[in-house]
Amino acid sequence: MSESTKKGPSSLSFTRRLFLFIGSMELAITLLLTLAVASVIGTVLQQNQPYADYVIKFGPFWFDVFEQLGLYDVYSAMWFITILALLVISTSVCVIRHFPAMTKEMWQLRTNVQKKSLKAMHHSAQWQSNDNLQTVANSLQKEFKNLGFRSRQTVKQDDAILISAMRGGMNRLGYLFTHIAIVVICVGGLFDSNMPLKLAEWRGDIKIETRDLSIRDIPAESRLGEGNQGFRGSVSIPEGKASEVVFLPVRDGYLLQALPFRIEVKDFRIEHYPNGQPKSFESDLVIHDDELDAPMEATIAVNHPLIYRGHAIYQASFSDGGSLLSLDAWPLDSRAGTEPVSIQTKVFENRQMLWGEESMQLEMIDFRPFNINPDPTKEDTRNVRDFGPNFTFKLRTETGEAREYENYMFPVERDGREYFLSGVRNTPAESFAYLYLPVDEDGSLTRFLEYSALLRDEALVSGIANSMMKEALAMLPERDEALEGSLQQTLETLIKMFVRGGFDEVRDFIDNNLPDAERDNLAPAYLGMLREMLARIYFSMDGIDPQTVTNDQLLFLQDTVDSIGTLSRYGSPVFLQLTDFEHIQSTGLQIAKAPGKNVVYFGCALLVIGVFLLFYLPQRRLWAWIEQGPEKTDIILAGSSNRNAREFDTFFNEQQTALPAKTGNSRQLPGS
Amino acid sequence: MTTNTEIMTKPAAHTWWWYSLLLLATIGILTIYHEVLDVYEVSILIFTAVSMALVGNQWPGFRGHSIAVAVLSLMALQLYGSELGAAETNGLLKYMLASQSAIMWMSVFFIAATFTYFGGLIFRSAYTEKVGSAFTWIATTFGMTGLMVRWRETHMMGADIGYIPVSNLYEVFILFAVVTALLYLFYERRYQVRSLGGFVLLVISAAVIFQLWYAFERNAHEIQPLVPALQSYWMKIHVPANFIGYGAFAMAAMIGIAYLLVSWRAAKNPDSGVVKAMPPLMMMDDLMYKSIALGFAFFTVATILGALWAAEAWGGYWSWDPKETWALIVWLNYAAWLHMRMTKGWNGVPMAWWAIVGLFVTLFAFLGVNMFLSGLHSYGSL
Repeated sequence: MSESTKKGPSSLSFTRRLFLFIGSMELAITLLLTLAVASVIGTVLQQNQPYADYVIKFGPFWFDVFEQLGLYDVYSAMWFITILALLVISTSVCVIRHFPAMTKEMWQLRTNVQKKSLKAMHHSAQWQSNDNLQTVANSLQKEFKNLGFRSRQTVKQDDAILISAMRGGMNRLGYLFTHIAIVVICVGGLFDSNMPLKLAEWRGDIKIETRDLSIRDIPAESRLGEGNQGFRGSVSIPEGKASEVVFLPVRDGYLLQALPFRIEVKDFRIEHYPNGQPKSFESDLVIHDDELDAPMEATIAVNHPLIYRGHAIYQASFSDGGSLLSLDAWPLDSRAGTEPVSIQTKVFENRQMLWGEESMQLEMIDFRPFNINPDPTKEDTRNVRDFGPNFTFKLRTETGEAREYENYMFPVERDGREYFLSGVRNTPAESFAYLYLPVDEDGSLTRFLEYSALLRDEALVSGIANSMMKEALAMLPERDEALEGSLQQTLETLIKMFVRGGFDEVRDFIDNNLPDAERDNLAPAYLGMLREMLARIYFSMDGIDPQTVTNDQLLFLQDTVDSIGTLSRYGSPVFLQLTDFEHIQSTGLQIAKAPGKNVVYFGCALLVIGVFLLFYLPQRRLWAWIEQGPEKTDIILAGSSNRNAREFDTFFNEQQTALPAKTGNSRQLPGS
Repeated sequence: MTTNTEIMTKPAAHTWWWYSLLLLATIGILTIYHEVLDVYEVSILIFTAVSMALVGNQWPGFRGHSIAVAVLSLMALQLYGSELGAAETNGLLKYMLASQSAIMWMSVFFIAATFTYFGGLIFRSAYTEKVGSAFTWIATTFGMTGLMVRWRETHMMGADIGYIPVSNLYEVFILFAVVTALLYLFYERRYQVRSLGGFVLLVISAAVIFQLWYAFERNAHEIQPLVPALQSYWMKIHVPANFIGYGAFAMAAMIGIAYLLVSWRAAKNPDSGVVKAMPPLMMMDDLMYKSIALGFAFFTVATILGALWAAEAWGGYWSWDPKETWALIVWLNYAAWLHMRMTKGWNGVPMAWWAIVGLFVTLFAFLGVNMFLSGLHSYGSL
């Protein structure tokens, strides 16, 4: 990159002009700024997300347009690479063009200057000395040497002597280093990029796999053998298992890269700070390789990768590795019977369940042994506590719709009472809505389930409705059988509606079926009747006596009713309670091979050295023109610097006073 | 100012005591902490001592500042003992030396210095401007002491918690204020101009006000342990190098503003007071170039250090992560600026505007990325 040439372009051949254009400063700066602007795209648009997300975000039309432009992986898009390549070519041409001149500048002392031009220079001084020509020249050359300048004497016309001196020629090396560094870094980066993969894909040698397949089903055309090419991929290995492949993410799919060794994971650990924040993630690995006499053990952690045979193995993430879970399925409605059923399953397992008439697929997604979350009862969100183990699963109906659930193993305390927590949501985009199931005195759900079973016991409900109806109508002077029948039926229906859809359904009924005129009067009466019925059913349970009922029991009733009231939105016929687990973790390893890394680092070193030479080692030149005057020896001192003019001013001013004093009986000429 | 002649002559007296002091301090630290320092940390310590030796050799103010920070920090450590609670019971800690108090004093003096510098400029009072310099020195000393004491405080929080306090947005804002002030003070002495002080202090005050809001509103000053990705010696060099870059870019932009103001006034009335009170345009242009060159050199180093760290922590030296990419954008922008200036000979008004635009690009790389974009480098999120 340099100043444009002064020669008229018309006299040059086309190739020469192209060469000059490519190496021109204008093109270089345009490319620098274009690259800067183009780079913004990938930071604003999140890269390499699942393509389905992009379709949702942009709609099918713009999704296609953006895909054609390669915006989802913009830094490997052809046009982006082209800009980079152009920058590299432009820089290379610039270096080639200026290399001869720069090396010349670096070493050559300028000996062909004229006396006239020295006098005309911005930094110029004159004085006279009584010593003879050669003595002055020699002592000045010595002084220049002391100042760190390299110098040479040349004899000019009329026996004048010119001393040409220079210091800081390495400044020009700064130019060469910085510009060569850019080329070196980009070329090194190319080795480690996915360009070779793109090329192979373009030639049709490989095909990106987008399906979710097990390793052995992945076709050969999506597999990459061990080779010298660079790659960066990841693999999740459960504790006790091993892997000799790694997945390379490419756009919306992946490729399978074979490793020349096998990585076994012994153990994965997370340590925590006292406040619950994670302190370290570590994996104990064993490397199995025929080249090793014995398997090699190593522990890796974040910031402490293992480098083995040119492969760097990093601790990148972690997940569940298929934990074994024991569950009790508590029936929430009559479809699923009344007794809990035990289930043995593990994370990532899908199994078909038959609950009552409904067949559902239970898909275990995740298990977490601890959940350190902000305490909802404290104001400060940094107040965290451990909510214990939980697991996440989906229930998929036969029509394919699925709801996601998140259940906690241990009851959670709220306002002094305990509840089993279960979150539910319809799509991953929503946040969980929580069901609070009240825990009874024994710490189980038995009482809750007994009560909800009673609500579905038609004979019992009917009996209680009957006695309540009789009490209500006892004050009437004579029996009205029509009214009795209607009230009895209303009470029973209220309970049925409540069981079916909670308070919401009862309110809907009031809104839609009662005459407008009477609604305001009747609505509270209906809700009052429902509450009375719910209480009476509760008092029919063993151990609950309306006379001696405790506050805790009433609160339990309230929680139970609230909870049953929301069950219709919960959507699952059962509540899955975790009773036991065996935690198996999986460590997420990132494995990278970067054959160009050292080239890039070498380029970086060049760049740093170059930048500092360029800015902080000014190239200074001094000349002294010494000639025999009529009586004395005349001396002209001149100097120039390519950087830091201010410092050079001071330097030159010092020298123009110091040097005359050192060249014997000198007298400085006025006006210099 | 060191010129080549000085290098050739006998070293000055101060050189000897300054070098010996640093040598003693380094040996002292190595003796006390040799068990917990690894080879990288020892290298960083020695590198720091050598850098301080070179800078201090040319700059008496820096020597005084370093000694004041050392004395104040050691006093705070002495008063603390091993009891973090001493910050509440000991008066000197509570009102001056505990990191929070020191940082509060820093804030007060930076803001006072801004007003003082501008006061000196408006009323043409050289003395007032000198007071501005003094305030800036005091603020810088308090800021640096605050960081040093906070470093100790992190270690007192728990056995494995301690870290160098440049790990989150709150801490780096203090670092930014201190580094920018030091860079400014260096050039203030070198060019013997105080009239730019108010302009540079303006950006520092903005950082200070943000930092105060962040502490009061979000309790950001509370010490939180480090996430595993930040537990590395790289943080000790990557972050400070970056902030020398940011500080220098910020200073260049503020000088750019001063430049535009003066050139605008000069065009209307070459004899106006502002034009006379401010440094010549040439000098401001030169200073702007010097700052950007310095910033560029350190930003280059910082980005490369970041890449080396990324290779260890994220599995690759370059991932096109938003933070990395924006660092590249900043770098490309200033690379273009420097090319225009050094080979095309552009200067003056357009370059001043460009330096100001550069600050916004830098600001986005520093703050915007953390606020608006997601990525690996999410340590400094608001």
